[in-house]
Amino acid sequence: MDIKRDYYEDIRLLDSKAIWFWFIMLLLSLTIFPFIAPNYYIYMANYMAINVIVTIGLNMLVGYTGQISLGHAGFFAIGAYITVLFMTKIHLPFLLALLLGGMIAALFGFILGLPALRLEGPYLAIATLGFGMAITQVIGRWHIFGGRMGIEVPSPSFGSYVLNSDRQIYFLIISIAFLLIMMARNLMKTKVGRAFIAIRDSDIAAETMGVNLVYYKTVAFAISAFYVGIAGGLMAFLLGFINPSSFNFILSIYFLAFVIVGGLGSILGSIMGGVVMTWLILVLDKVQELPYLGEALVSFSSKWMNLAGLPNISSIIFGLIIVLVVVFEPLGLYGFWIRTKIYWKTWPF
Amino acid sequence: MFLQLLISGIAFGSLYALIALAMVIIYKTSEVPNFGQGEMAMISTFVAYALLENYGYSFAISFLGSLIFAAFLGVFLEFVFLRRAKEPNILSLMVITLGFQMILYGLASWKWGADQRNLDFPVSDFDTVQIGSAVLSYLNIATILITLLLMFMLFLFFKYTKIGIAMKATQQNAMAARINGIRTNRILSITWAMSSIIGAVAGILLAPIATLDPNLMMDPLLKGFASAVLGGMTTLVGAAIGGYMLGVIENLFGGYVSLEFKSVVAFGIIVLVLCFKPSGLFAKHYVRKV
Repeated sequence: MDIKRDYYEDIRLLDSKAIWFWFIMLLLSLTIFPFIAPNYYIYMANYMAINVIVTIGLNMLVGYTGQISLGHAGFFAIGAYITVLFMTKIHLPFLLALLLGGMIAALFGFILGLPALRLEGPYLAIATLGFGMAITQVIGRWHIFGGRMGIEVPSPSFGSYVLNSDRQIYFLIISIAFLLIMMARNLMKTKVGRAFIAIRDSDIAAETMGVNLVYYKTVAFAISAFYVGIAGGLMAFLLGFINPSSFNFILSIYFLAFVIVGGLGSILGSIMGGVVMTWLILVLDKVQELPYLGEALVSFSSKWMNLAGLPNISSIIFGLIIVLVVVFEPLGLYGFWIRTKIYWKTWPF
Repeated sequence: MFLQLLISGIAFGSLYALIALAMVIIYKTSEVPNFGQGEMAMISTFVAYALLENYGYSFAISFLGSLIFAAFLGVFLEFVFLRRAKEPNILSLMVITLGFQMILYGLASWKWGADQRNLDFPVSDFDTVQIGSAVLSYLNIATILITLLLMFMLFLFFKYTKIGIAMKATQQNAMAARINGIRTNRILSITWAMSSIIGAVAGILLAPIATLDPNLMMDPLLKGFASAVLGGMTTLVGAAIGGYMLGVIENLFGGYVSLEFKSVVAFGIIVLVLCFKPSGLFAKHYVRKV
């Protein structure tokens, strides 16, 4: 089966001809998609791609390095705001602004990584959580960031060609997402990735083997923050308007939920988690419009609950999903995928 | 000015201390920080509200009813979800409690919506007494006294009752406790019930000051958690002191430096404390063995 016999086989991008074929098919369908799909689905695809970037970024920290973070909404906010500020105040081209947004998020990630060197488990959770809360509070109170009212995002443009519809921005988001996925995949197969995994499995053992904990833990935070910062910048382009209250604690939990549902310590799992959970968010946003179920829920909630509160059902379902995934399938969708694959490969047996 | 800030800081600190205690009690036995604590308290407060307003019971009965509900809620969550985790490690347990948080938050906002309500507390927030140069409302006094009473009861509970001692034994070494005939699973349920009750008391005391909506406990939970970390997640006394300290420091900062950044300062303190004394101010630092 999938036994890797030497190092070059392990770092190869795609394993077999069949996988090459499907890979090219995927690229083709991603290219054709915006020309045939209705607008809403393009928006959905953009949203999914952004969340995939976030999930991969967070997974490199939580899944690969084993450091929990409940403050990634903070990096998301930093990425979004810095990108927008560089574009509006200094009029940098948007790609540069986006990159700088990611870089500054990475810088904050590095800074947050420093206390993380001495913390673990619940203590790390509270420190990162405090960071996330503090970022949104500070942003909400500074006038340069538009305060609580939020800030208008200029449309990204190449010279005079302005990308202002979901369809035009699609290629930007998808190609950046693709690039970042490939980067993450390759990074995890290098020395850095192996160091991360060693730290996750046992940091003391890793240190004994010569892994520089100070370096790799802070790098893990920085890379993870970079990914999430870039995603934040893209999200700003997608939404066209950002305000501090959209980067709250709940968002950090959602990010963590993406990672958990997708599968800890797996890039493929992160992609699946990001896509599936984003789809779920968008569907649950309009739960009363679902066939059959929607009507039942509406009548149930007007009888027993409160009709205006119905959209909050998404929070209940998300909570249930992450609890059930952790209890029954700790490896998430990726674990499920692996088991299915093995089942069919060895099928009659 | 200083006295005023100090005393109202202590009043707020009592609430933080209660939440921190609730958190530490669970942390010591289940070894997980319970992120659902705040929402458990919030829902219990809403139950008190519903009993009081919709069913017209007296405050005492509603209060008791809410505490009983809280106990059952705690036992339910522990028994149904937390105990089922297959390979419990710290991350998965924490995620489960985050899941509780989301479920309970969703339920409460579905049922009670985002309307801001008022819990009729029998002690008024507007009648005040003068202590030196400081003004203190009856509600503040009640909060401080109830908290002290509860802490005293906890002290007696852990010192003199059989269950309390069994609980301490379970916290120290679950395996050894089991060998000695303590049903550790049952102890775990009782722990959750107790912690949930303490949280509910904090919620009901908080509701008249803040407005009663599903976001009631969001901020206090984080502050309570922060206090627990400040004092040390493994000591009850430390967590309580941490709560009072956080309340006072936060209030002094709000009064003298900047009211705007009052809630940010709490996290600044936490990060500093964690940098220099990672296991909290009052806890012994254990070095983990490989």
